[in-house]
Amino acid sequence: MSMADKHKKLERNITLLAVCTFIAVAIGGIVQITPLFYLENTIEKVDGMRPYTPLEQAGRDIYVREGCYTCHSQMVRPFRDEVERYGHYSLAAESMYDHPFQWGSKRTGPDLARVGGRYSDEWHVQHLEDPQSVVPESIMPQYGFLAENPLEIGDPAAKLTALRRVGVPYSDEDIGRAMADLMLQADPDVAGDVDDFLARYPKAQVRDFDGDPDRITEMDALVAYLQMLGTLIDVDSAAAQEELAQEKGR
Amino acid sequence: MRERGICRSRHEYLFNLTWINEARGARSYPLAKRTENLVQAESALARTGLWFIITILAVMAVATAADRAFAAQATIVAVIAFALMWMSAVRFDPVTSGRSFFKMPEGPSRYDDDVVRWGVVATMFWGVVGLLAGLFIAMQLAFPQLNFEPYLNFGRVRPLHTSAVIFAFGGNALLATSFHVVQRTCRTQLAFPSLARFVFWGYQLFIVLAASGYLLGITQSKEYAEPEWYVDLWLTIVWVAYAIVFIGTIIRRHEPHIYVANWFYLAFIVTIAMLHIVNNLAVPVSLVGSQSYVLFSGVQDALVQWWYGHNAVGFFLTAGFLAMMYYYVPKQAERPVYSYRLSIIHFWSLIFLYIWAGPHHLHYTALPDWAQTLGMVFSVMLWMPSWGGMINGLMTLNGAWDKVRTDPIIRMMVMALAFYGMSTFEGPMLSIKSVNSLSHYTDWTIGHVHSGALGWNGLITFACVYYLVPRLWKRERMYSLRMINWHFWLATLGIVFYAASMWVAGITQGLMWREYGADGYLVNSFADTVAALHPMFIMRAFGGLLYLGGALVMSYNVWMTLAGKLREEKPLTDASYDPEADRPIVDRPAAVPAE
Repeated sequence: MSMADKHKKLERNITLLAVCTFIAVAIGGIVQITPLFYLENTIEKVDGMRPYTPLEQAGRDIYVREGCYTCHSQMVRPFRDEVERYGHYSLAAESMYDHPFQWGSKRTGPDLARVGGRYSDEWHVQHLEDPQSVVPESIMPQYGFLAENPLEIGDPAAKLTALRRVGVPYSDEDIGRAMADLMLQADPDVAGDVDDFLARYPKAQVRDFDGDPDRITEMDALVAYLQMLGTLIDVDSAAAQEELAQEKGR
Repeated sequence: MRERGICRSRHEYLFNLTWINEARGARSYPLAKRTENLVQAESALARTGLWFIITILAVMAVATAADRAFAAQATIVAVIAFALMWMSAVRFDPVTSGRSFFKMPEGPSRYDDDVVRWGVVATMFWGVVGLLAGLFIAMQLAFPQLNFEPYLNFGRVRPLHTSAVIFAFGGNALLATSFHVVQRTCRTQLAFPSLARFVFWGYQLFIVLAASGYLLGITQSKEYAEPEWYVDLWLTIVWVAYAIVFIGTIIRRHEPHIYVANWFYLAFIVTIAMLHIVNNLAVPVSLVGSQSYVLFSGVQDALVQWWYGHNAVGFFLTAGFLAMMYYYVPKQAERPVYSYRLSIIHFWSLIFLYIWAGPHHLHYTALPDWAQTLGMVFSVMLWMPSWGGMINGLMTLNGAWDKVRTDPIIRMMVMALAFYGMSTFEGPMLSIKSVNSLSHYTDWTIGHVHSGALGWNGLITFACVYYLVPRLWKRERMYSLRMINWHFWLATLGIVFYAASMWVAGITQGLMWREYGADGYLVNSFADTVAALHPMFIMRAFGGLLYLGGALVMSYNVWMTLAGKLREEKPLTDASYDPEADRPIVDRPAAVPAE
């Protein structure tokens, strides 16, 4: 029986055709995607990673909302020019708490994976309000409204709870204190235990970010997020290299 | 050769049957009058009550919404539900008026084509909207002053553009043509007429919610899957209904064989369902809020997303449109499909290989190397089944190549297949890691996508609409064939401007990023590379303008055809004949040959 004859069975039976089609299209995904969930070396452990603070997460939500990913990647590739331009290439662990990931697919603007700490808060605010005033060649839109809009805080605990449901390891205390943590990080005048906050969120930056200490705006949240990008991991620490060498048996 | 002879004749057989079948079916059955008033009144009450409940739920959602954007979306739902409630309540005879409003089929002897007609109109409408949005964001990249914060900033309009052209324009074209083709090739009416109408209108609601959501800042930032959780749930319901109508129609077919176009439509419907559900798994922050967090994170989320994203291209924009090719190219060329065996081989290899190609969007990222290499290898292999489809389409014109000269619709189809071939060669090339290291993150990718989207998807859709409109509205021909010719050249020229400028822009920027001076330092700042692209961005916008111009010419042409007009014009198919010139010369002396 020729192949064409065998195929006639499929052509006459919609159930068989649909089932075979589904099997054919399911295999690739199963083989490629499922190992990423159990192969341990998919995400090599790196010291310093922690979940986002409530304010950083609020800033990240604004980053997503405004579609920043349509022009900015957050994924430095391991090439000499990229490492010199943006910093150490990105590690898988650095986006382990990113729901969703923001690696991006297009660099109409520069990569932002390690933009944290590169510019002052004032620079970010001015750049977001009027990008061409600091980078004349820029084709970035203006985001002045971020400084006008008070941050729609809503219920930060609900966000953290939802994130915990998808696997981010927030503790009960993190969720219980989410609102207080958010206010504390954006406004140092608020009474609160900064040490406790920093113990739970190491390397978090506590200050007024948008230059307007009287209120918490969307600008505060977004700048707080931008300023922490790529700052959690100490990629150059000798210890990290040694551990890696042992792990690999080198 | 013996086998191919048989196969060809089998295709011809199918082809002829569908052909004959379309010639029938001019009779119409009068609408069966319904007189049971009591039943009607009850039914009207039930409908009104149902819409009332939905209205109330939507209003409650507005009142308790956690954010303004969700409130705005819930308002849209409330307004539509209220309008439907109003309609149900005020009509004395809701069942009959409902049947006539949704144009239920009048009898089993005619194809159920109203959904197809709406789909064609929706395709044209969303096509123009999507191209306008594209031109707008292309202009924004050339002239950033055109960003109007916050609603019309690039970051919010770009998903509007991509969704409008892929899901609104392409999606409606697929809905309309699949309902048209499946009826003809199965020689039966749509299986569930009410469900088919629900699919059409439900899909339009999905488009409106998605599009308005982007401008309001509602997005989960997964490219081509930006709509939030509740819109995703709605689309899932619509999609299941679509699958039921399509498969149901195939089940009640009067043809023993399922025609090849339907394999592709089936693969498209099944695979998109799988991709959509897995990629959009998310936990909403609040049941009355627009925001959610996707289930996967980081590396896994990236691969799930591009498994989805690449196969949105592979199954929405390739398999579905190949299905259109497999029906409309043979019909327009009046030739059977070239090779039956090739269609089997390329169907199964295409759908099997495509799924693996996703990781080529993540070359040199933190995705494990083995996955990247696997993605690259399968992407390169994908070149062959892709060209199998192109060859099967082009060779269908064997013996009818003269039509490329005289039939602008065939010419458009041939150009579509040519662009399909070009972009499915370019794709595997770009998926090679070393090429990708230059092209990734640059406009080269954008150029590649548009040579496929404008060249292949756009042109084949336009050609199918040109084929469908006179037949669906029972006109002799399109209002103007010469305008189709104009459309063809405007579109082709537009694509050339678009693709060429983006190739140059992409390679320029890729090379500038990695340029080192003699001193061992990077030569260009990022801003330098942006400034260098300005002329190319203007040329790209010009190309987009030409392409939009072509679509506007088409809209006018379709509009006039629907209005029942025929443009008086020189026919395209006639060789010129001048009886005045067709005679011997008598009043001049014969030429003396030189010695």
